[in-house]
Amino acid sequence: MRSADQYLSFTNSGFGKWVTGSLGLPQPVQLARRQAGKPDLRQPVLMGTGAGGRLTEPLAALFRSANLVSLYHSENDVWREAARRHEIMTARYTAETSGKVGALLFDATGIEDAIGLESLYRFFHETVRSVGTNGRIVVFGTTPEDAGSTEAAAIQRGLEGFTRSLGKELHRAIAVQLVYVRPGAEAAIESTTRFFLSSGAAYVSGQVVRIAKPVAKAVEYDPGKPQAGRTVLVTGASRGIGAAIADLFARDGAHVVALDIPPAAAELDAIAERLGGSALPLDITAPDAAEAILSDAKRRGGYDVVVHNAGITRDKTIAKMDAGRWDSVMDVNLFAPLRITEALLSGGGLRKNGRVVCVSSLSGIAGNMGQTNYALSKAGLIGAVQRLAPEAAKSGITINAVAPGFIETQMTAAIPFAIREAGRRMNAMSQGGLPIDVAEAIGWFASPGSGGVNGQTVRVCGQSLLGA
Amino acid sequence: MLSVPTLRRVAILGGSRIPFARSNTAYADLSNQDMLSAAIQGLVDRFGLHGERLGEVAAGAVLKHARDINLTRESVLSTTLSHDTPAYDVQQACGTGLETAILVANKIALGQIDVGIAGGVDTTSDAPVALNEQFRKALMRANRGRTTIAKLRALSAIRPGMVFKPELPRNAEVRTGLSMGAHCELMAKRWNIGQQDQDALTVASHRNLASAYDRGQFNDLVIPFRGLTRDNNLRPDISLDKISKMKPVFDRQHGTLTAANSTPLTDGAAVVLLASEEWARAHDLPVLAYLRTGETAAVDFVDGDEGLLMAPAFAVPRMLAKAGLALQDFDFYEIHEAFAAQVLCTLKAWEDETYVRERLHLDTPPGAIDRARLNVNGGSLATGHPFAATGGRILASLAKMIDQRGSGRGLISICAAGGQGVVAIVEK
Ligand SMILES: NC(=O)c1ccc[n+]([C@@H]2O[C@H](COP(=O)([O-])OP(=O)(O)OC[C@H]3O[C@@H](n4cnc5c(N)ncnc54)[C@H](O)[C@@H]3O)[C@@H](O)[C@H]2O)c1
Repeated sequence: MRSADQYLSFTNSGFGKWVTGSLGLPQPVQLARRQAGKPDLRQPVLMGTGAGGRLTEPLAALFRSANLVSLYHSENDVWREAARRHEIMTARYTAETSGKVGALLFDATGIEDAIGLESLYRFFHETVRSVGTNGRIVVFGTTPEDAGSTEAAAIQRGLEGFTRSLGKELHRAIAVQLVYVRPGAEAAIESTTRFFLSSGAAYVSGQVVRIAKPVAKAVEYDPGKPQAGRTVLVTGASRGIGAAIADLFARDGAHVVALDIPPAAAELDAIAERLGGSALPLDITAPDAAEAILSDAKRRGGYDVVVHNAGITRDKTIAKMDAGRWDSVMDVNLFAPLRITEALLSGGGLRKNGRVVCVSSLSGIAGNMGQTNYALSKAGLIGAVQRLAPEAAKSGITINAVAPGFIETQMTAAIPFAIREAGRRMNAMSQGGLPIDVAEAIGWFASPGSGGVNGQTVRVCGQSLLGA
Repeated sequence: MLSVPTLRRVAILGGSRIPFARSNTAYADLSNQDMLSAAIQGLVDRFGLHGERLGEVAAGAVLKHARDINLTRESVLSTTLSHDTPAYDVQQACGTGLETAILVANKIALGQIDVGIAGGVDTTSDAPVALNEQFRKALMRANRGRTTIAKLRALSAIRPGMVFKPELPRNAEVRTGLSMGAHCELMAKRWNIGQQDQDALTVASHRNLASAYDRGQFNDLVIPFRGLTRDNNLRPDISLDKISKMKPVFDRQHGTLTAANSTPLTDGAAVVLLASEEWARAHDLPVLAYLRTGETAAVDFVDGDEGLLMAPAFAVPRMLAKAGLALQDFDFYEIHEAFAAQVLCTLKAWEDETYVRERLHLDTPPGAIDRARLNVNGGSLATGHPFAATGGRILASLAKMIDQRGSGRGLISICAAGGQGVVAIVEK
């Protein structure tokens, strides 16, 4: 369900491009999303490696298994050698011969001083213009708290400012991320690197992700069908973002249990039938909801993934807000997901290498006029995720949150035109996201390969100007 | 003059090529030198040859500009190889790449050099366009004129028609005026090769190439270039259904050769690294396979009634006889697919007793080959065919296949304009 972004279509027409260009208006680029049968990962990938980078081997292994083509910056003998060892297609990068590249990767994990930092500057200074439309940039760093000196910690933390600024400088739908890798977690970078190189990350930019040692032993899985054999509960699945999440998990091979309120039973049945999944009509705020969900989980031998997507808004400024608006938002958005998660974790309703993903909101991070209730509930989910992560890890389970920005749904179609238009454009991509963009990020958290990503909140907001 | 020492084995150490691009696509604005330099630099980077002085670099192009008199040497100067490395150009139509490798190999075998690079390049996007002949002659006359008046008088002979009618290079035989496709169409008729068989070979070529790329087979043979990571002529989703509906292009009424089962005009470059075993050992580089021998034949397609592209049918049995091998003694057959029909005519000729007796003067036909061993990682129909680059592509690719197998023997056969054919044996 999308409310057509007519401005986006207009600027992408020949005449529209001329008009908007002459007037200095934003010129959003059509985001390239995943298409069946089309290559999903951006390539060739131009590799840069700072002195002492720890990720050459795991990256080379990924390049080989995904059969990615690489280029290396002329200073990067480390990658040239690794590419040769791993039989990765590669060539030296030159601005004249290489043409457009699909992505830039820079391994900054080993950078500890000013001299090392220069290689980062040179790499991006010399190559950034070569990145094609819809390209990807990923910088890898070492978690600042694990850095060896004040200087190193400062530089590593500084990478956040670098990547966020880069994201705002580049137009043409180029997404930029920073991935911090804890020492010892090198082998766990694959699913995250894949995601950030993929079409799935089209509307994810300016994000910072931390990778630690996986919560459970690594399992083999097919990156083309990562959820094969897994059972996934999606709440609020009858429409909007929830329906897109259900679609994505079915696409990725899962058995989807689609949950929504009983009045939506007909839509749920249709979705369950289409996806070959099951329908679970249930109000998550009902007194016995947690219990009912736990018993459904047990009947299925446990869920592998639970996505808390059901949510409502009841906007009013705090002075005008009645208690009913306040209570219903708290209950649906925050307390019900907490109760359900608690019941599943303590009752054994989640299997090993399981995943919990909460759908938070940019409002929860940046705050929003008229949404004190909603923002509290959504920020509350971020707190819950942080608190529960170490506990869940003991059972081999991760819990994370996505925080969508402006997503084109019925919810946002109801916003008055001027505010809606502002909401759409106030991000580095100059457009709203689609439900699939949120679903893709959830799919990455939920991947069997994402055991090293825990307790985090990643925004799906096209690098919104709002919030940190 | 030559004092002949004991011959040395010639090792194939690897190759480097840029993805091949259909004419006027990804490399439309590039010159032969740009592409050849990139392929050589790829080899230098891969094998760490920066600043090394090699015995020689030999390469060539079929379509050359007048400014390309020293194409290979100029290309070497654009790379990080030692600029003390000598180079020369070779040209033998589509046989250029393989003939060049044979030349370099011979010098290595004789001990004249220890290591060399051989290859070729071609562009049909930046082809030399000649001036209209009358226009050119008028210009030359004006140039020779001693006085301004004489110069002006010569120039006044120029008519607008001359200026706007440049002579484009044509893919045609000088002596018959027929295009190569038209010649091959005659061969297909003579050998009774139907479109269906040609199309089947075409589909196999594309499927084999696609799956080879998917397996990463070319990861150490191809370098990404100008945004291409694979040959852009490759159609992984090709089907017999789709191409069987295509209309013949060289004989619109009764022909069987279509745009699918003929190679398209292509741009690209490919080079291989050849060395003595001692050199390879000293540089710690593994040997993929050895270039054992080569042979070149030519047929009289002008006055005689032989098919233009039939020379390999002669070259191979001649080479086999010298090497003491049978046609069936090979694990891989790399037959250049100029046209699907060319490959099928050659194979049929080797099985035809009368033809073999009368033309090849052999008592027994070389016989049939195991088709499952033919162009197993794709051929020119899928890859494309930048004329002089094809030999280098095949040689490096075959050497790697033999290395992967552990040991074995492969046959290369390449037909060329002018009724010529270059063939070779690679083994380990
Ligand atoms: N659309 C956006 O721009 C945006 C931005 C940020 C966050 N979000 C969040 O994404 C999620 C999905 O949003 P959407 O735009 O698809 O909204 P939506 O209103 O289209 O869908 C929400 C679904 O949740 C279901 N639901 C509500 N209360 C329920 C309950 N008590 N029990 C069971 N199901 C219940 C609804 O029936 C509905 O099907 C929500 O959590 C929302 O807060 C949306």
